[in-house]
Amino acid sequence: MHKSLLIDPEKCTSCLQCEMACSFEHEGVFNPAKSRIKIFEFEHGRRAIPYTCTQCAEAWCLYACPVEAISLNMETGAKEVAEDVCVGCKVCTIACPFGTINYNQDTGKVIKCDLCGGDPQCAAACPTGAITYVDADWTGYDRMREWAQKTHSQPSA
Amino acid sequence: MSWQKKILRVNLSEGSSSIEPLNMEWAKAYLGERGLASKYLMESMDPKADAMSPENVLIFATGPLTGTMASTSGRYAVVTKGPLTNAIACSNSGGKFGAELKFAGYDLLILEGRAPDPVYLHIVNDHVEILPARELWGCTVWQTEEWIKARHQNPLLKIASIGVAGERGVRFACVVNDLHRAAGRSGVGAVMGAKNLKAVAVHGSVGVTVKDPKRFMKAVAETKDLLESSRGRKGLTKYGTNAMMDTMQEFGGLPTRNFHEVQFEGADRVNARAMMTSKPNGHVNLLTNKACFGCTIACGRIAHIDERHFTIVNRKEYWHASGGLEYETAFAFGPLVGVDDIDALTFAGFLMNEHGMDPISFGGTLAAAMELYEMGVIGKDDTDGIALEFGNAEALTVMAEKTGKYEGFGQILGLGSRLMCEKYGHPEISMSVKGQEFAGYDSRAMQGMGLGYATSNRGACHLKHDVFAEDMEDQSGRGKAVPCKESQDRVAMIDSTGLCLFTTAAWGVEEFRKQIDAACEGDWTEERLIACGERTWNLERQFNLAAGLTAADDTLPKRLLEVPAPSGVAKGKVCQLDIMLPEYYEARGWTKDGVPSEQTRKRLGL
Repeated sequence: MHKSLLIDPEKCTSCLQCEMACSFEHEGVFNPAKSRIKIFEFEHGRRAIPYTCTQCAEAWCLYACPVEAISLNMETGAKEVAEDVCVGCKVCTIACPFGTINYNQDTGKVIKCDLCGGDPQCAAACPTGAITYVDADWTGYDRMREWAQKTHSQPSA
Repeated sequence: MSWQKKILRVNLSEGSSSIEPLNMEWAKAYLGERGLASKYLMESMDPKADAMSPENVLIFATGPLTGTMASTSGRYAVVTKGPLTNAIACSNSGGKFGAELKFAGYDLLILEGRAPDPVYLHIVNDHVEILPARELWGCTVWQTEEWIKARHQNPLLKIASIGVAGERGVRFACVVNDLHRAAGRSGVGAVMGAKNLKAVAVHGSVGVTVKDPKRFMKAVAETKDLLESSRGRKGLTKYGTNAMMDTMQEFGGLPTRNFHEVQFEGADRVNARAMMTSKPNGHVNLLTNKACFGCTIACGRIAHIDERHFTIVNRKEYWHASGGLEYETAFAFGPLVGVDDIDALTFAGFLMNEHGMDPISFGGTLAAAMELYEMGVIGKDDTDGIALEFGNAEALTVMAEKTGKYEGFGQILGLGSRLMCEKYGHPEISMSVKGQEFAGYDSRAMQGMGLGYATSNRGACHLKHDVFAEDMEDQSGRGKAVPCKESQDRVAMIDSTGLCLFTTAAWGVEEFRKQIDAACEGDWTEERLIACGERTWNLERQFNLAAGLTAADDTLPKRLLEVPAPSGVAKGKVCQLDIMLPEYYEARGWTKDGVPSEQTRKRLGL
């Protein structure tokens, strides 16, 4: 069973604990500039939205890579970059429709979310539950439940 | 580790910048942020220099835990000589700017001199540019942030800037970062304006490392858990700081109509509940809460004004969300000036952020002007035709905008209450200490708060001590001196770590110690940490004494010392500063004249 990151922007306070956790896990340093997940603010700070790789089933970054540096982790379903193979050509950054794979000037390689090998640190660090890690088939479960609840609380006709 | 061990020093007169190693001996004696910047300030300038002169030095300082995963790690301090008080100023702020400065590789940014023409600073790691800001001069804070990000095609820049109030020397102008967070008090924005510096824009990708990552992450997880489960934290997250309005109202410590009263009949129309309650037309003031960098509390409010409200009905540019009411803003624009219109309070709050002004001092100055108006000392001829009566919501919002734009009577309000009241021959009307206006706690009901106000090195301030529990317990001045002194030292330490004071809702000194000790070199004990705080307090005091302040400045307005509280728990009481102050000097190891004794200086290595 694969799991997916589930993002609920309504709960995000824009504290950036996720960005620090991500950079710490991957680079050993607190550094949002090297985070694979980013928080975007809209409407003068009213909305904060976490955004990262959704691990496409048919991953365009993976197919675009000319040196096969990106591969599927069968355990987690993550598309992972092999740093020792990546040549930094950046073709994957063009192929990705969502912009969630990016070049890192310091290493000359690309970086993307790898689900931390199945224990995503962004979800662990999130203080409000805006980022959770759930059954990949049931990312809609909570929202369904919420609507079901609303239906339940309607007065019957 | 944890310190970047680097300082960026910019000489604006010469247009030059240099990167220096951090003095680690000082870092270990003063930690960072407030303490370390105070030390650098003392060593970089003559305390007698005019606050608005090029000889004043302006320091932006991060702490050792700024930019780490510790909760609330977004704090930075702006330290300088303040034009409102002519004393040392240290204003701290959250948002995301402070952490970004640290990520760029700096503990401190030291600004000296005065640029011949308006400039802004553009910092990306080691790349530092002083760029012309002539086009930006006259712009609001919000316009400035947008302009700089567009100009550099870099949305990742974090920006701290001033509005027209700072440019024109409004004595309580502040430095605003990330649209609605501010280094608010003592006029640090006016100093930035006097240096012809419009903004500091920074992006960093260096990051922050800690000494013992494994131990640090464990300490961070434990302290976060403690905060998460605390009642105080839950209240701040849900209601924000404005939950305090009800406490002060019930207690009788809510300064109303320039401290003539201590309870406000309209409190329940401007409190935290009112922000969350739907008006008859369906409008709800509060939209959501928001965190500063690294913060797991998220006390910040995001609010919007009813589009049908008289303040913005014809001004679509304000039909959007922005920073909502904190307690101090709600108090200063509500009870203190007698206004109970929550949309007007919110709009005035927006204007403070947009134009870069301290709401506490603006509210305090407006309240004094209202009293002068009701006394007949000033009239409509002086006030651009506006009736400055207590309770007039239009007077609040119009004057907030005039002061922000430095127009008409706003130029007089921009003097702050002390100079304004002196100008009109009634210095006793100014409710301030060392020229800085009071926060929302009346020191007749809260005696220890009164002592804290009187002795705070930056003038009246509620955030430099913590005797709240003692004050709620007992309404006399007895036994307040020692807890006041001890909490001042503790708070000075916390203000120097890079973390937020609100973590004390759940944390004691040990929680700071274990995070500092895992992150920073040196063996950190609680005693050593507290000593950093006490050293900082005494150093600030020495700055003020050298600047010309004396024990005579450690006092309160007569209204609090001689006029009894009209209602509440302290009905019939005055602030017993005369009992507390000598005890306080003794507890501090100061002479009767309020000067740190040789023994005290020696003990602290000053």
